[in-house]
Amino acid sequence: MTFNACPLLEAASLFKQGWSPEWFCSWLGLPDELWRVLSLRDYNTRVVVFGTALLGAAAGVIGSFALLRKRALLGDALSHAMLPGIAVAYLISVLLGQEGKSLPLLLLGATLSGLLGTCCVLGIRQWTKLKEDAALSIVLSVFFGAGVALLGIVQQTTRGHAAGLESFIFGKASALAVEDAWVIFGGGLCCVLLVILFFKEWKLLCFDETFAASSGWPVLGLDWLMMLLIVLISVIGLQAVGLVLMIALLVIPPAAARFWTDQLRTMVWLAGALGCVSSFGGAIVSALLPRLPSGAMIVLFAGAMFLLSFLLGTRRGILFQAWQSWRLQQRVQRQHLLRAMFELSELQAAGAASSVGQPAPVSRERLQGMRSWSKRQLATEINRAVTAGLVIPLSSDQLRLTAAGQQMASKLVHQHRLWELYLITHAEQAPSKVDRDADQMEHVLTPEMIARLERLLNASQQGGSVPSSPHPILPPPETERIGGEQA
Amino acid sequence: MNGLWPDDWSWQLDGWIILAGVLCALSSALVGNFLVLRKLSLLGDAISHAVLPGLAIAFLVTASRSSWPMFLGAVIAGLVTAGATQWIRSAGKVDEGASLGVVFTCLFALGLVLIVQAADRVDLDPGCVLYGAIETTPLDQVSWLGWRMPRVVWVLGTVLLVNVLVLGVLYKEFQLSSFDPSMSTALGISAHGMHSLLMVLVAVTAVASFESVGNILVVAMLVVPPAAAQLISDRLGRVIAWSLILAAFSAVLGHWLATVVPRAMGYRAVSTSAMIAVAAGLLFCVCFLVGPRQGVLSRWWQRRAAAAEMLAEDVVGWLYRREEKLAAADKASREAGAGPEELASGLGVALGPLRRNLKRLVRRGTLQNVAGRYQLTAAGREEGQRVVRAHRLWEQYLVEQAEVPLSRIHEHAERFEHVTTARMREALAEQTDGTERDPHGSRIPPEH
Repeated sequence: MTFNACPLLEAASLFKQGWSPEWFCSWLGLPDELWRVLSLRDYNTRVVVFGTALLGAAAGVIGSFALLRKRALLGDALSHAMLPGIAVAYLISVLLGQEGKSLPLLLLGATLSGLLGTCCVLGIRQWTKLKEDAALSIVLSVFFGAGVALLGIVQQTTRGHAAGLESFIFGKASALAVEDAWVIFGGGLCCVLLVILFFKEWKLLCFDETFAASSGWPVLGLDWLMMLLIVLISVIGLQAVGLVLMIALLVIPPAAARFWTDQLRTMVWLAGALGCVSSFGGAIVSALLPRLPSGAMIVLFAGAMFLLSFLLGTRRGILFQAWQSWRLQQRVQRQHLLRAMFELSELQAAGAASSVGQPAPVSRERLQGMRSWSKRQLATEINRAVTAGLVIPLSSDQLRLTAAGQQMASKLVHQHRLWELYLITHAEQAPSKVDRDADQMEHVLTPEMIARLERLLNASQQGGSVPSSPHPILPPPETERIGGEQA
Repeated sequence: MNGLWPDDWSWQLDGWIILAGVLCALSSALVGNFLVLRKLSLLGDAISHAVLPGLAIAFLVTASRSSWPMFLGAVIAGLVTAGATQWIRSAGKVDEGASLGVVFTCLFALGLVLIVQAADRVDLDPGCVLYGAIETTPLDQVSWLGWRMPRVVWVLGTVLLVNVLVLGVLYKEFQLSSFDPSMSTALGISAHGMHSLLMVLVAVTAVASFESVGNILVVAMLVVPPAAAQLISDRLGRVIAWSLILAAFSAVLGHWLATVVPRAMGYRAVSTSAMIAVAAGLLFCVCFLVGPRQGVLSRWWQRRAAAAEMLAEDVVGWLYRREEKLAAADKASREAGAGPEELASGLGVALGPLRRNLKRLVRRGTLQNVAGRYQLTAAGREEGQRVVRAHRLWEQYLVEQAEVPLSRIHEHAERFEHVTTARMREALAEQTDGTERDPHGSRIPPEH
């Protein structure tokens, strides 16, 4: 049986005939070797690449649910817990007079033993105060110990050439056979179908178990089905690619996908895709270059994906978060400047009747006194506002808001004073205290909240007109302020 | 073989093996207690995989297989695992287990690639470097102050001593920072610093043990004895003491299981490290089943005993009420008691458990069996009076003070009567102003 049945490969071969990519490769100066691997012409490479890619996709999909159930390392414990089952199955098949390496029997042993391990984890969680991690760790080490001890006995049986059993621990991804690939294909398909079927139920289970139980869902059954799938995929993967790679495929792609999205559906498919891509990439690289074990390369590829997501992910990536907080900082700084200028010019306009329509100019010196900002900070901020067309420098000292700046500033001050009024009238805070609180809120008020505040505070504040400040605008002398803070 | 101790055990061989096992188990269990408290149990397993690149790099740099650089490389790799896990967890808000999984699988893969790359220069077998075997303990001897002892025993003894000293001196600090990190930091004990120190101890203990006795043993010993000890006690000091006892015992039991049991089945001995892990698992099972407060069986037993006690009180109360109803009749027919069938239908319970309970009550002297009918003894009558008094006081109280509707007071009182002490009855009587009658009009019997 060849792997040609796969439509993707047929498409690839059509593509190949029409475009003569060998020529293209040599034209680019790439070695023929590269194309030979990339086009999956080697039968062996083809099986390995497709087998591991399928496994990566299936493990990524089901691993997402494990991650959200906070059971990321269940795969770790289960894969270790399968060892005694494998050894016992081997011993039984030897006792039955068979050669010992009958794959179905070994897989059955591994599955049963994995399920027993799952039972133990659940039982320990249910009936003791021990936490998930301790339960996993206990099952992992004790079952693995039992497995090693039993393997010691297997190696002593007269007919026991237990060499094949080693691959269950260390894997043999680069020597994947067609049968293994078909097993992976079947198992992976089964997993994906079940995930589609139970998507809604598992989503509920992941996010609100109590609610699921109170709405009458069979929580325990759904939980079991999920773990059965993890056991299934681990059994398949364990004999194909080994223990560590299996753990990595279950854990890393979902954890990486989490950095990009808050939607479960997106996360599941993204994790599948990441698992698929890293398996594909790892397998190709290990086929291309000498002495790179394919299993390890797949893990490293997945690790690189994780690192990338960790840094750049658009939901939780750390660089993304840093950039967002930097932007917020910038916005807050600008808003501080605009409001300070508006309030100063308002004061001056009240003192001297200035021309209507144009805000009064303010001096840098008085601006400096409005907030606890350094001279340099203020200068940088003013420069940025000038560049943005919000402020016009009149002389070396005098500044004025432009029309756009005036509009933005009046909106800000409007928001600031609305919040102050709200605090005074509805939260019964002293007028002298509200400025500090409103200072933080003004940057994060949404239009809906402003509309609500306007409705709440009465019609006279509506229409974007700026209410007058409920407290003196100029900051009190420095000493008094410090005293106030301490109180 | 005579008895449990096999003939061919010699203290020259098996004694040293057991001693190495016990030392490893003790030092691992000691630090493991804090790992379990901090929900980092899987760290041992993770480190056991993640030391590989450390070993490989140490080997590539020094080009020798001498143990000091290897040891240092492995410890550093272990610390990198712990640190990176912590960092990914806090900076990326990734679940603890997942960040551990990401870090150790990647490090393991990196180590594998490095080793395969270096394979043409010299043979470096990861299994050989990484996993010592406890059975070879007596072979590699060193001399120290005129004593000849296995190198493994010397190394593990040192590790144990360091662990005991550090944890002993900083016990309070470790305790506080494990249970309440922010409080500990506020008091000037950096929780972060304590965590790092613990990670160093764990890494050193784990690596020293991998190299000398194999990794299964230390992964199991870091978690299983402390977890089992948590099922025995709730106080940290006692938990640690119990975990040490369990760890040492499982080391001895494990060697016995590894040598005696396979031989009894006609095989040669199997790996002692693996069997020590299994022995620890067995001890955990024992604690899981019969641990005094957490044990599954002991809790089941306690519930059963409580249910039997409640049934007994119901029986006595029912017989007391029967005597009350027949107050007008003569003493003989009033105190004639009831047969088991009559009691079962009166109380609405199954006959089987009731019969057992009745026999128990007879043995206790509460009831007497006269020709198949169970009658109250004087002591039984007193108990019945107490139960009925509690029941009616509760009914009165519920109506008067808690304003529970009349239709529902019986079911509440039926439950409360079993847990009402003499002082509570006194308080209830006070609260109900010493009423003589309950809401149904029955007389509340006086306190005996």
